Amino acid sequence: MTSAQLIAACLVVPAAGAAGIALAGSWPNLRESVTLGTAALLLACVLGLLPTVLAGGVPQLFVLEMLPGIALGFRVEPLGMLFALVASGLWIVNSVYSIGYMRGNDEGHQTRFYVCFALALAATMGIALSANLLTLFVFYEMLTLVTWPLVTHHGDNEARKGGRVYLGVLLGTSIGLLLPAVIATWAIAGTLEFTPGGVLGSASSATLGLLLALYMFGIGKAALMPMHRWLPAAMVAPTPVSALLHAVAVVKAGVFAVVKVIVYVFGTGALAATTASDWLPTVAGFTVIAASVVALRSDNLKRRLAYSTVSQLSYVVLAVAILAPLSVIGATLHIAAHAVGKITLFFAAGAIYTAAHKTEVSQLDGIGRRMPWTMGAFAVGVLSMIGLPPAAGFVSKWYMLAGALQAEHWVAVGVIAASTLLNAAYFVPIVYRAFFRAPQGKAHGEAPPAMVLALLASAGATLALFFFPHVPLALARALPGG
Amino acid sequence: MIAEHLPALQVVVPLAAAPLIVLLRQPGVAWALAVAASVFAFGASLVLAAEVARVGVISYAMGNWPPPWGIEYRVDALSAFMLVLVSAIGALVAPYALRSVAAELPREQHYLFYAVFCLCLAGLLGMTITGDAFNVFVFMEIASLSMYVLIALGRDRRALLASYQYLLLGTIGATFYVIGVGLLYLVTGTLNIADMAERLAQVGGTRPVLAALAFITVGLSLKLALFPLHLWLPNAYAYAPSAATALLAATATKVSVYVLLRFYFTVFGAGLVVRTLPVPEILIGLSIAAIVTASLVALWQADFKRLLAYSSVAQVGYITLGIGLASADGLTAAVVHLFNHGITKGALFMLVGGIALRAGGVNFARLQGLGRAMPVTCLGVTLAGLSLIGVPGTAGFISKWYLVLGALEAGHWWLAGLVVLTSLIAVAYVWRFVEAAYLSAPAPGAARIAEAPLPMLAVSWVLVAACIWFGFDTSFTVEGARRAAALMLGGAP
Repeated sequence: MTSAQLIAACLVVPAAGAAGIALAGSWPNLRESVTLGTAALLLACVLGLLPTVLAGGVPQLFVLEMLPGIALGFRVEPLGMLFALVASGLWIVNSVYSIGYMRGNDEGHQTRFYVCFALALAATMGIALSANLLTLFVFYEMLTLVTWPLVTHHGDNEARKGGRVYLGVLLGTSIGLLLPAVIATWAIAGTLEFTPGGVLGSASSATLGLLLALYMFGIGKAALMPMHRWLPAAMVAPTPVSALLHAVAVVKAGVFAVVKVIVYVFGTGALAATTASDWLPTVAGFTVIAASVVALRSDNLKRRLAYSTVSQLSYVVLAVAILAPLSVIGATLHIAAHAVGKITLFFAAGAIYTAAHKTEVSQLDGIGRRMPWTMGAFAVGVLSMIGLPPAAGFVSKWYMLAGALQAEHWVAVGVIAASTLLNAAYFVPIVYRAFFRAPQGKAHGEAPPAMVLALLASAGATLALFFFPHVPLALARALPGG
Repeated sequence: MIAEHLPALQVVVPLAAAPLIVLLRQPGVAWALAVAASVFAFGASLVLAAEVARVGVISYAMGNWPPPWGIEYRVDALSAFMLVLVSAIGALVAPYALRSVAAELPREQHYLFYAVFCLCLAGLLGMTITGDAFNVFVFMEIASLSMYVLIALGRDRRALLASYQYLLLGTIGATFYVIGVGLLYLVTGTLNIADMAERLAQVGGTRPVLAALAFITVGLSLKLALFPLHLWLPNAYAYAPSAATALLAATATKVSVYVLLRFYFTVFGAGLVVRTLPVPEILIGLSIAAIVTASLVALWQADFKRLLAYSSVAQVGYITLGIGLASADGLTAAVVHLFNHGITKGALFMLVGGIALRAGGVNFARLQGLGRAMPVTCLGVTLAGLSLIGVPGTAGFISKWYLVLGALEAGHWWLAGLVVLTSLIAVAYVWRFVEAAYLSAPAPGAARIAEAPLPMLAVSWVLVAACIWFGFDTSFTVEGARRAAALMLGGAP
């Protein structure tokens, strides 16, 4: 297959998979086979693009001209390649987990669930591979809309409320701030193509600052405070949704768009030459610390994980906002590193809920003795969150810190140091409780095997990325400004 | 030979179908004739549009009396675009009407519906194609009178009152229009629009001309339901038969907007309207009022059809806002939104007609949990609703794009902000439907509700698919609108 056909396949495979899942709805085993088959095929297509991109090629696909001068088109550059790899790779793991979770908890509307999941992956691929801002925006909105049925899956009052906040914040920011920013970019630059070095060269510092603010707060999926409320609200969803979408696909689509906009629309060099982005590290740093503090005070495990995600996402924003080459590499790596670590943590939370029906941190005494595999994987995820070897989070944090030191950005250095302590403070006690306190309540074992298998796989990936970071690192280094 | 007379046939065929239907009376035959006439009109409009793209302007002298003495039919980029919209909606509503009318109207009134439907279509097409200011009035009255009848055919008795309200306000509107035309005739001595434009350019903005402008503006504003002259619209849309609502909502106000554009930019010229007089400021102000108030009022409606009717008032506001910007992008936004909103609202009102047929009404209480009983219909409403909001990948997004672009290029940052913020109100009212249909427990007895009849569903989905299609492939809509905008601004003295 040519690379253009591979790009098309990356979009068509999950969309066609959604149709297949809908058709197979009456036969659960066939339906789940379609999901797994689609996920495997998608990963194969994404991997098919990898050699070309690693060799420095830029595969492209032009579909049609949506507006005069603006195409619906796709172009695979290193950052998008990495994001596509992470999302499609974890979809397989997550599908295995979903099957265990949805059957173990006897959830309803399973066909709708798997259909929306496949559509969400199609939208994610569209975002990852987009060649310009308009294409990115189209798929960004599609991702919000197809994940809404997943967030409101239970259909009760709580789900309805969560869904309103989810949709309200995400559509509110994207239509209210991001769309005007995109249109203003078009009006100023006359192009929306992602261009190394940026396209806004002619604009004044004040205009750049305003545009940057519109972009940063308009990309609500990146959960920069105060646009973060949707993420904890989305925790009403079944755990597999929280795991893949709200630790990987949706939130990473947000920070991916942030990095993409700063690198390819503004240009790190062009931004560094002005004062337009001076405020951004402070806002991101504040989000890192504030979200950690909220996480520290949350007893609900999923809520704690959600605020931890808010905090970790702002690491990426902070790192790219420093505009130093090493920190841009760190930001890129962190997209992958946080994904594998956080999905492990969510998997564990879902496994605990399925096996023991526990949702609060304070209920987890001694659970590591009953669910050793699950809590072992959880501990690996915790290492990655704190940024300790031998977990993936160490590598990305290393580069971020090195970048901050390189740029002599002391605020960022302080934020990273302080938040490392905070991360330890809200994650280590969970591990301590699980292994070193006596179990309470009636006995139970591990969650269904499919779930355990999935969380061990993602924990393994978290360790593997520490020992073999070559591919993500090569992709991150190939970024302009990285 | 036939092709030569296509501009005349465009109007004459549906016009002639109406008396034929009254003579034949048999409902099945009446329906078949209405479908044939509207499909012919659609075909004719496509041929004309292709011809206009090739040669520029088609001028047809009615009865071989050369203009400016005879009545001229004139098809240019703008009117060709409108003809396609109006006749396409007509050609879709006619097949849709079969099951809908059969369910909503007593059998002895069926032929009346189809006869009046054809008259209405002929009137709207005539208003669009004619190049004669008085002839516009004649067709306007044909269209309006048939609309009053269409609305009054609604089975709810409140339809009569709604029709009567519209009759009063519509007549005032038409009278104002004809007074304006009369004043222009006094000044220029001609009724041919192109001729009038040439002569007015020499006269300039004298007092009778300004008075004519004022009368025509107010008269047409009533017809196109510009805030605060929109009061007839919500009841008319809510109580008319479903098929009639779909036709009216998708075409009637749009054709009046077209006539307004014609007078502003062809007859009076952008020089007078935009640069000398504060028309843009007034239009922008009223449009904002329309968008904000009607969107908010829509949010609180208990009936989904009324909600959509108020949303139409708001959407007309977006169109007039584009006109108020009076730039290439603004006018492109206005013309493109005429089309995009036409297909979006057409789709919505058709689907809602299907729901009304099956669930017995579209009060929100009846919509509870309908996503299970009518999944195809509800998905269609949701997708068309996304187009109403202006989500990317739908037709509505293209309109919003040009509107915001026009506002930004005019330096009105606040206006761009307002456009996107009011889209969020649309999110809220569309999501009222989505939550009711998908997140509420079904009302007792709802389980027995089936999908709408297949022909209705199929035709509605043609429009839903169009809402998505024209969100990606904009070569017809945006190119057509840009040509029309260039024509309007290029015609300025």
